[in-house]
Amino acid sequence: MKKFMSIAMTSAMVMSLFAGCGNTAANGTADTTETATGTDTAAESTDASEETAASGGVFKIGGIGPTTGGAAVYGMAVQNAAQLAVDEINAAGGINGYQIEFKFEDDENDPEKSVNAYNTLKDWDMQMLMGTVTSGCCVAVVEKTSSDNMFQLTPSGSSVEAIQYDNAFRVCFSDPNQGMASAKYIGENGIGTKVAVIYDSSDIYSSGIYQKFVAEAANQPFEIVSAEAFTADSKTDFSVQLQKAKDSGADLVFLPIYYTEASLILSQAATMNYAPIFFGCDGLDGILDVENFDTSLAEGVMLLTPFAADAQDELTQKFVTSYKEKFGDTPNQFAADAYDAIYAIKAAAEKAGVTPDMDVSAICEAMKSSMTQITLDGLTGVGMTWDASGEPNKEPKAVKIENGAYIAM
Amino acid sequence: MSFISYLINGISLGSVYAIIALGYTMVYGIAKMLNFAHGDVIMVGAFTVFTIVSTLGLPPALGILVAIIVCTVFGITIERVAYKPLRNAASPLAVLITAIGVSYLLQNLALIIFGANTKSFTSVVAVKPLKLAEGNLVISGETIVTIIVGIAVMIILSLFISKAKAGQAMLAVAEDKGAAQLMGINVNKTIALTFAIGSALAAVAGVLLCSAYPSLTPYTGAMPGIKAFVAAVFGGIGSIPGAMIGGILLGIIEIFGKAYISSQMADAIVFAVLIIVLLVKPTGILGKKIQEKV
Repeated sequence: MKKFMSIAMTSAMVMSLFAGCGNTAANGTADTTETATGTDTAAESTDASEETAASGGVFKIGGIGPTTGGAAVYGMAVQNAAQLAVDEINAAGGINGYQIEFKFEDDENDPEKSVNAYNTLKDWDMQMLMGTVTSGCCVAVVEKTSSDNMFQLTPSGSSVEAIQYDNAFRVCFSDPNQGMASAKYIGENGIGTKVAVIYDSSDIYSSGIYQKFVAEAANQPFEIVSAEAFTADSKTDFSVQLQKAKDSGADLVFLPIYYTEASLILSQAATMNYAPIFFGCDGLDGILDVENFDTSLAEGVMLLTPFAADAQDELTQKFVTSYKEKFGDTPNQFAADAYDAIYAIKAAAEKAGVTPDMDVSAICEAMKSSMTQITLDGLTGVGMTWDASGEPNKEPKAVKIENGAYIAM
Repeated sequence: MSFISYLINGISLGSVYAIIALGYTMVYGIAKMLNFAHGDVIMVGAFTVFTIVSTLGLPPALGILVAIIVCTVFGITIERVAYKPLRNAASPLAVLITAIGVSYLLQNLALIIFGANTKSFTSVVAVKPLKLAEGNLVISGETIVTIIVGIAVMIILSLFISKAKAGQAMLAVAEDKGAAQLMGINVNKTIALTFAIGSALAAVAGVLLCSAYPSLTPYTGAMPGIKAFVAAVFGGIGSIPGAMIGGILLGIIEIFGKAYISSQMADAIVFAVLIIVLLVKPTGILGKKIQEKV
């Protein structure tokens, strides 16, 4: 009997490990299916028809990302938006008078396939790489581009290692930098004075943001009054974390987590009659798409996200309209990142005065220094600049949920 | 004040564990097997109610009824297809591993049918929350209903097993399958009935779990299932009142651990308490000491 019990308990422990994996996987996949909310703005069509290259050479820019498999939503968005940007640039005369040829290879979000895709693109004589889309693949490919000295700009690889070499840059904020940007945004805009944090200590994304947030909070005019964690194995009940936030008098609760848990936190806070301001990062993007979710619970929730499809500025409007016209759905933040990436390449290439007849390494050397000199007004930030580490400097943008829609702030 | 509020939260969480643990302990007590797919049958029940109530817009009562039927059918089918052929296997591990397999099968089926997107479950409980101390203490309607349903299920199950003929047959099968068969009890039917009841309870537990914590994914049942299993062991697996007590205690320990020790260590604390209890009383709080048959 005892022996059987011990076998049973052991397998229970093993099961709980598996269950942990399952939950993480759920988070990952749930994240891939996020979609942006729609807008119905007046159609403003953009003529993206191609002109034939007048001059001799063309720039060959490659792209890598998952266009099939679990993370296909991300890869497709990047491929589409990058193509849109390339078509626009070509129609307007190209880079330094040279047309761009863009080729996108699928990596199925598998690092090994990503390296294969990179080799395929090299055989095609790629001169610059816009990719890869996902962090895991980017970490693998950056090793190759670094040894080949190929210029690389990832739209959305957010892990720290994704751009660890000096030939690589990114458009999105790194995971930890979202924490810093959030703290700055809250402090500079005076959104809260007493801040509580609820984070997932078993998730690198969440705990990475949390640590940077705490570090930056020391320089900001607000105080962290409570910081409570949860783990993948206990993420149904948040009553304690909320109670502590409430008892400590927090007027803002920072949620650097994914929207699945956030939706539970919002409903439990409502049950407790606790109504602080909730502030999150891009992980909360998608909360309005939770099926059957009572969106009134999310009313007033703010989140730091680089892109809101219903922002009213001209650039966003134009991009969203032409994207919808061409591909039939509303672009998400990955699309915006990719669109900015192509324009950043254009700006840096023009600044450096590179031409298609230069070799890959020479282009990379020129681009590396010119990337740090350009200023780009893009979809994901106004006045974006880059430093030599490859990290973007841009003002964080926040959106607020009002009447069940994301409204740019 | 915050102590009382933590206590209430603990009881709320514990009542959900308890109602899941009842199904676990019932199946274990009779069939002597750990049905690790129990948590996923809960998920099936919750998805059934979600489909009927939120997608088709039909009344919740109908949803619960259909969920009970669907889960019962699932339970009997799983037992028939996956467990029965292995009942006489040399090692009890064979059935355990199959149960883990069934658990993944159900999760992946739900993933294919409903997708990975989180769904928000509309509570089917219409009871108003109880507000005490000028609204500072709130006992949710879901908690009240879960506790009442849990106690009712506990009493009905105990009566069923001790009084009804089928219940007596279950006891006999639990005692000795071979002898029960010789006495004219249909062992296969009795075990199938046990799974039917266990799965019907899972449907009810699924509805209450998702009403209290309204987020529904294909993995919703997995972790509460494991915790409920711990609760069942804690209370003395096989003992029906033990499951109820174990569940509620587990909820309280988890919340107090989070509140007063560390929110990161909540699960470590729960399992540490479990280990201590099992060291002191290996059969759990209300478990009976059963002599190993020689």
